[in-house]
Amino acid sequence: MSADVFPLLMKALGETVAMVAVSMIAATAIGVPLGVLLVVTAKGGVLACPALNRVVAAVVNAVRSIPFIILMVAIIPFTRLVVGTSIGTTAAMVPLTLASIPFIGRQVETSLREVPYGIVEAALAMGATPMQIIRRVYLPEALSGIVSQLTTVVIALVGESAMAGAIGGGGLGDLAIRYGYQRFRPEIMLATVVVLIALVQLVQFAGNALAKRLNKKEL
Amino acid sequence: MITLSHIEKTYAGADGAVTALKDISLTVAKGEIFGVIGLSGAGKSTLVRCINLLERPTKGSVIVDGLDMMALSDAELRKARKSIGMIFQHFNLLSSATVYDNVAFPLRLSGMAEDAIRAKVEPLLSLVGLDDKAQQSPSQLSGGQKQRVGIARALASEPKVLLCDEATSALDPQTTKAILELIRDINQKLGLTVVIITHEMQVIKDICDKVAVIEDGVIAEQGPVAEVFLNPRQKITKDFIGVLMGNDLPAELRGVPISEAPIEGGKLLVRLTFFGESANAPVISDLVKGHNIDAAILYGNIDAIKDTPYGRMLLGLSGTPGAVEEALSFLREKDLRIEVIGYVR
Repeated sequence: MSADVFPLLMKALGETVAMVAVSMIAATAIGVPLGVLLVVTAKGGVLACPALNRVVAAVVNAVRSIPFIILMVAIIPFTRLVVGTSIGTTAAMVPLTLASIPFIGRQVETSLREVPYGIVEAALAMGATPMQIIRRVYLPEALSGIVSQLTTVVIALVGESAMAGAIGGGGLGDLAIRYGYQRFRPEIMLATVVVLIALVQLVQFAGNALAKRLNKKEL
Repeated sequence: MITLSHIEKTYAGADGAVTALKDISLTVAKGEIFGVIGLSGAGKSTLVRCINLLERPTKGSVIVDGLDMMALSDAELRKARKSIGMIFQHFNLLSSATVYDNVAFPLRLSGMAEDAIRAKVEPLLSLVGLDDKAQQSPSQLSGGQKQRVGIARALASEPKVLLCDEATSALDPQTTKAILELIRDINQKLGLTVVIITHEMQVIKDICDKVAVIEDGVIAEQGPVAEVFLNPRQKITKDFIGVLMGNDLPAELRGVPISEAPIEGGKLLVRLTFFGESANAPVISDLVKGHNIDAAILYGNIDAIKDTPYGRMLLGLSGTPGAVEEALSFLREKDLRIEVIGYVR
């Protein structure tokens, strides 16, 4: 492997990490409340509002059904509006965030649904408000599950961020395509793949460890 | 303390409305332990949830401690619920919180300061015998201990009423006994009004003052436990009691033809039920001494309904027809219930 590879690799890794981290934080900030909304407004939920629930669920499904590469291109005007540019690592963060919000919403919804209704009922019987039930019952009880689910989202983001090369976003995927594939340098392709594998393993390991620590159900 | 009048509850089902409760009326006096017994699906869990409006009745009125529950706003209802504690079959503890935090939960909902919370939670934990488990997670506890946490949590907001929804159904018999003793203890110490939902007659017999038997969403009969026990009118009640009391004849008499007319050399089967004071009177010895008959005890059992002792006995009386008749009238004069089954050889 030639000496120029290492700096390239490090730069690409930095870009990937930046894209994934920023998108993940932004998407979590919106996606978690979205997941809560999907659960509490459902029929029989603590803030039941089936009409709103159906609308939100339909929007979530719509965004999730758009392939990422198309979403990225389709929302270029929106991206420009938000970050002032439609190319580069920063620009890639906008579609990455947007694509992850409904994904996180559904994942969080799944985790919250696993909280036994009996616990919610007990809190209702104690005179808890809907907000107290969200904050003090749903979120703490589902926390371990949510962390596991978010780990999956991070890994999906690492994959999606590879497509950011299409709008000059950089990152490991972009490096692999441009150097490894288009310039016939298999050693760069291999190195990128190895780094990606290590990154995903690390994320999964950290996520599992955290989820396990938070899970008090089985000791 | 609790008055339910003409409660009806219907659910919208796939094929039209399903009626879960029909015209339920009952009154629970302050300080009383009121049992509701029924088979699964009879509607008893829905009934208990109508008291704190976890289920809102379709019709009827719910009065708890003078408050018309159905007329309250959401905020008023939440406030009213704080004075109605509830415990559950599956405990419903927060698995992510310690024992201490579970008991503190209702107090934190009310925004109480942490040192005031500590001053309440610690005595409650010792009341239920879990002082040493405060920092443990519910998953480390046994079923009985989890229910103790549930009880401490229900008591934290100093309720006037405690609702127990199948609170002992997931527990083994020994643990059930201990939990019932605890509930009874609390009832006496704190003057708490208790409503117990169960499918076990043993629970009713051990601690309830009054009982309502519910079948298919309707109250089949209700009254003081001793009265319903000793004088059941409905088949469902007799079935529940039968399971517990061993109403059946001893094995060797099952299938033996029973005749209403005296049989030469046969025995008259008489079932006696002693209750309260009469349980202590020397009835059998008087019976045999005063009459020219023999009395064989074929079955006997002494137990208590809440604190009142009662006994059941199956006697086989033999002697001349005249002597047996006399013995029967002697028994009928006594302060006990007698049931003549018939003659067997």
